[in-house]
Amino acid sequence: MASVELQNIIKDFGSTRIIQGVDLKIEEGEFIVFVGPSGCGKSTLLRLVAGLEDISGGDLLIDEEVVNKMSPKQRQIAMVFQSYALYPHMSVFENMAFGLELAGGSKEDIRRKVMDAAQILELEELLERKPKQLSGGQRQRVAIGRAIVRNPKVFLFDEPLSNLDAALRVQMRIEIAKLHRDMQATMIYVTHDQTEAMTLADRIVVINKGRIEQVGSPLELYHRPANKFVAGFIGSPKMNFLPAEVVELLADGVRVKALDSGSVVVPVEGSQLSVGDRVSLGIRPEHLAVSATGPLSGTVEVIEELGESHFLYVRMGDGELITVQGKGDAKARRSEKCNLQPVDAHLHLFDAGGVALPLLQQHEDKAKALA
Amino acid sequence: MTPTDAAVHKTAPPTRAARTERSDLTSSRLRAAFLFLLPMMTVLGVVAGWPLVRTIWLGFTDANLVDLSVTEFIGIENYYAVYDGEAFGLLVDPEWWNAVWNTLWFSVISVSLETALGMAVALVLNLQFKGRGLVRAAVLVPWAIPTIVSAKMWSWMLHDQLGIINELLMGVGLIAEPIAWTANPDTAMWAVIMVDVWKTTPFMALLILAGLQMLPGDIYEAAKVDGVHPVKVFFKVTLPLIRPALVVAVVFRALDALRIFDLIYVLTSNSTTTMSMSVYARQQLVDFQEVGYGSAAATLLFLVIALITTLTLMAGKVNLSEDSK
Ligand SMILES: Nc1ncnc2c1ncn2[C@@H]1O[C@H](COP(=O)(O)OP(=O)(O)OP(=O)(O)O)[C@@H](O)[C@H]1O
Ligand SMILES: [Mg+2]
Repeated sequence: MASVELQNIIKDFGSTRIIQGVDLKIEEGEFIVFVGPSGCGKSTLLRLVAGLEDISGGDLLIDEEVVNKMSPKQRQIAMVFQSYALYPHMSVFENMAFGLELAGGSKEDIRRKVMDAAQILELEELLERKPKQLSGGQRQRVAIGRAIVRNPKVFLFDEPLSNLDAALRVQMRIEIAKLHRDMQATMIYVTHDQTEAMTLADRIVVINKGRIEQVGSPLELYHRPANKFVAGFIGSPKMNFLPAEVVELLADGVRVKALDSGSVVVPVEGSQLSVGDRVSLGIRPEHLAVSATGPLSGTVEVIEELGESHFLYVRMGDGELITVQGKGDAKARRSEKCNLQPVDAHLHLFDAGGVALPLLQQHEDKAKALA
Repeated sequence: MTPTDAAVHKTAPPTRAARTERSDLTSSRLRAAFLFLLPMMTVLGVVAGWPLVRTIWLGFTDANLVDLSVTEFIGIENYYAVYDGEAFGLLVDPEWWNAVWNTLWFSVISVSLETALGMAVALVLNLQFKGRGLVRAAVLVPWAIPTIVSAKMWSWMLHDQLGIINELLMGVGLIAEPIAWTANPDTAMWAVIMVDVWKTTPFMALLILAGLQMLPGDIYEAAKVDGVHPVKVFFKVTLPLIRPALVVAVVFRALDALRIFDLIYVLTSNSTTTMSMSVYARQQLVDFQEVGYGSAAATLLFLVIALITTLTLMAGKVNLSEDSK
């Protein structure tokens, strides 16, 4: 267990700057998840923490000690790879014991540690098997077991579940959550998966092009995204963005008119705006409902039925395609006109530069109550 | 006719037709395969099969280059015969056994050295560094030179009076007077081994490099994170994983080394200290014109190599099946 601190971390590959100055403080025992689009530098950042890549600039501190020049072993981290990275010619037991043998512990000691880990991960039956005789989920458990036995200060996971099928992913996700709760270890976890990020993280770090866009708890990012990028990245399906124009500045928000539609009042602090400004109106699919009197109107293009819910893809007058999520079966028909009513309290407004306008305090409380 | 019968009759003929069609297809495929193989088989039969059979046959005759028309069958007398209580023939010829031991000694030492050095070179070539492609190509040069050329080149470099090696060694004061590397019985075999190692290490390195490049990179990162010492990683991870490639490389090289002729012949001619089985057979055949006796030697050489290959492959198989357990 340890704290990890990144101070203006920079990484260049040749002349390309891949990590552009990242500052982040991770508390002891925290579960941090890195998310971001493919190629944004999540793996690179993790490998910098691991010591598999040299840091080009800035400082990395583990337990308040600068570790830039230390080997992965000296940093006392353990890493679980997406590809499992098991030694193919060793049994499960040997795979887990391999890293321990040098540490100087007695045979009995090593055996006990491996057995403990095997018990936690329910691998006892499989200790004599070779990796190729295991299923994907079992292999991933061995990889995690190999990390556990070393009793590291920090666990690093690089998309550990992305090679597993959906059902197994859910099961392993729960096991990792349990592991974190039981071990109280500091964990840094990279994923593409929204659900993994939302369910596992104490705090999510959204990365884009080698920069941190926002750091916060899952719900914070969901309810108060700092900018359009985070708003679009967190939440699935993606938030809808409608080009809009400021028509009136009110005490309880800003009235905007989506082009070619009616107007809505967004409960944000609008003091930096003036009437006529171009803005972007953000509405999550789950915060839109079909209603005859709704201010937004368009034509239903595609309907997707999922059973417990449904998605409507509605083409707005100005050509934008927006997604609407509803409960149960869809009542709308394809090619029909329909009006949409947003939940005012959950609207987001972004200025021309994509930065979110701060929510008004009273509405934030209301939003919390609603959530 | 019951409905069932009708059904059977309706379905049966197409099935039968399909079956004959399929076997037609198979047989036409087999015919095509045979046609494609035929030229190859013919060539092999002419250039390899026939000489082999003829050599084995000549081994049972008293053929002599002076007049091949008076050749007579003499049974196994080339191998073993007793006249007046004294044994003659290859199997009791100390020179033949000397050649066998020379060949085995040469093969074991040179293949071991080449494997060790080839491994080292392959490990270096497997690293990421600037100009790696160039170095890889450069390393292959000794192997690309025809043996006769490189043997001649080395024989000049090793020459006792004019050779650059003696000059260099004397220049740095390692030796006081020139050494006749290829003529001196103490150094001749080592000179041969050294040149062979120089020439063939690149081949070994290339085969091992191919094995190394098949290895997954992530396990090395895992080992690094686990803090396993690189030397231990080499012996516990790399070596076991490339063993199949290594066995193949060693077998290839050993087969080659057991037939060694050109290098030894160019460097040391017919000297007994370095004479290999092939050199012995050539000497009998060409210098002494004893076609029958020389053919018998060639046949034995073939048998020795076949035996060793079979043993090696069997040992390799045993190991491989242990691996997959
Ligand atoms: N060794 C390297 N040399 C040069 N560029 C690299 C190297 N490793 C990564 N990059 C580049 O750095 C960027 C970030 O890569 P990284 O693997 O960190 O992305 P990622 O966020 O993990 O993406 P993904 O979600 O697809 O795994 C990419 O543009 C990649 O091309
Ligand atoms: Mg990645």
